[in-house]
Amino acid sequence: MTGRATGGRAAGRGARDERRLGWWLCAPAGLVMLLVTGWPVLYSVLLSLQRYDLRFPDRKAWIGLANYGTVLTDAFWWNAVAVTAVVTVVSVAIELVLGMAIALVMYRTLVARGLVRAAVLIPYGIVTVAAAYGWKYAWTPGTGWLAGFLPAGSAPLTERWPALGIIIVAEVWKTTPFMSLLLMAGLALVPEDTLKAAAMDGASAWQRFRLVVLPLMAPTIFAALLFRTLDAVRIFDDIYVLTNGAQSTSSVSIIAYHNLVSGLNLGIGSTMSVLVFLGVAVVPVVFVKVLGASAPGQDRGR
Amino acid sequence: MGGNSRARWALLDLLVLVYALVPVAWIASLSFKEPSTVSAGTFWPTRWTWSNYTGIFQNDDFVRGLVNSIGIGLISTAIAIALGTMAAYAVARLRFPGRNAVLGVSLLISMFPQISLVTPLFEIERRLGLFDTWPGLVLPYVTFALPLTIYTLSTFFREIPWDLEKAATMDGATPFQAFRLVIVPLALPGVVTTAILAFILCWNDFLFSISLTSSNAARTAPATISFFTGSSQFEDPTGSIAAAAVVITIPIVVFVLVFQRRIVSGLTSGAVKG
Repeated sequence: MTGRATGGRAAGRGARDERRLGWWLCAPAGLVMLLVTGWPVLYSVLLSLQRYDLRFPDRKAWIGLANYGTVLTDAFWWNAVAVTAVVTVVSVAIELVLGMAIALVMYRTLVARGLVRAAVLIPYGIVTVAAAYGWKYAWTPGTGWLAGFLPAGSAPLTERWPALGIIIVAEVWKTTPFMSLLLMAGLALVPEDTLKAAAMDGASAWQRFRLVVLPLMAPTIFAALLFRTLDAVRIFDDIYVLTNGAQSTSSVSIIAYHNLVSGLNLGIGSTMSVLVFLGVAVVPVVFVKVLGASAPGQDRGR
Repeated sequence: MGGNSRARWALLDLLVLVYALVPVAWIASLSFKEPSTVSAGTFWPTRWTWSNYTGIFQNDDFVRGLVNSIGIGLISTAIAIALGTMAAYAVARLRFPGRNAVLGVSLLISMFPQISLVTPLFEIERRLGLFDTWPGLVLPYVTFALPLTIYTLSTFFREIPWDLEKAATMDGATPFQAFRLVIVPLALPGVVTTAILAFILCWNDFLFSISLTSSNAARTAPATISFFTGSSQFEDPTGSIAAAAVVITIPIVVFVLVFQRRIVSGLTSGAVKG
């Protein structure tokens, strides 16, 4: 840059033009993204400080942090937080293990590699709601092929823990392919020579995986876990279709949605919006702190 | 080694195929069952019928939902690609302060919890008259498709050998010819892939669609399905819902399989290359 800045008027103008062009090209996209997210976020902070129920619009008033007090002392809210946390942690953990196994099969298999790689994309392609209905009917007594394996008279979707289990199954099935595609791309970054050298030194397959592959894939695993966690926290579609939040299976998204659409309570709904937003913002911080890894891409690609 | 390990891989392949395909086969099979046999609980239909499919295409709400899904999805994708291409070109090719901020903001928004936007957008759109209209859904869809387009396209654009453009002008091509005959063909595959990913994102949405609509004026197909009831109160909508689920899934699965290799590289480019 300094070389350019002192390199004569023509080069100086070139750099300035380049800068201006860069800003102009990014402006429309930046403007849309900031308007459609920034404004509503500010607006929801304002709404969260008001009593604002669409059924009683006359009683609208500024009430400070009272809505936060209401939500944060509400048992349903904390139950939703717990459900979201459990579903997120359990499903992401299963997805990591299962996704790694599928990634290894897709990457290493000697037979029908193309077929396997194509098939894995199908769960990714299915609309979440469509797949969720499939799982719902599969577990519906009388209708479902999976319900047939259960003892007669059991209706898993009407009991809390079985229902949460099915929600996790639906979530895992649909999103593991994405995880395994990311991990397969990471596997491709592990040099074959290193693996061969380790094999020559007498490392078993498991040792090669644990001592060579895993450390080299750490940045990919970190990124995949972070992406999937942030996505899992938003879980809505699967729960909406499978239980619609009955039997205390609401996630934070479900409970906020019901407050808006059935309750028409914009004050409380916005308070939940702000709390979810703050909660999600904490996730990357926790990730960096707990896993201690530098964010991928910071040390590479520059 | 040899035959033994091939057999082992074949077995593992088979497990993966069962994982990926059995749940899909179940929905498809359900959609071909006659309504009276749905509660038999068998995996495959005992009597096959097309009636669930003919039924949903006579349902105005579902057809309207499909039209909404296709229209809103295409418009959102087109806008996101137009704006995203410009930004991605700038990010990949130009030096300017704020370049990393663009990528940072995109990443933030792609991870943004949609539910946090739903309540304020509901109120904002009600006041602006955008509630229950196509633009009312296009806005959030474009916003969530943009980060994906900017990220994926800037990765694709970095891999284009831009020197070819200079070489073409040296060989006597005008700048526009160089752009049209050299750069566009090189960039097009990346743009097409990104457009498909953006369209899938819009097509898959459910939360915005059920929150920001109140009629079939803008409600998209996935949300329409959740409102299905049987044609009479005694009829179970299971078969219709399964058929509708298959119908909205087929286009995406076809896209994904046809553009398989490119979609995989598009999906993973951002995450692995940073």
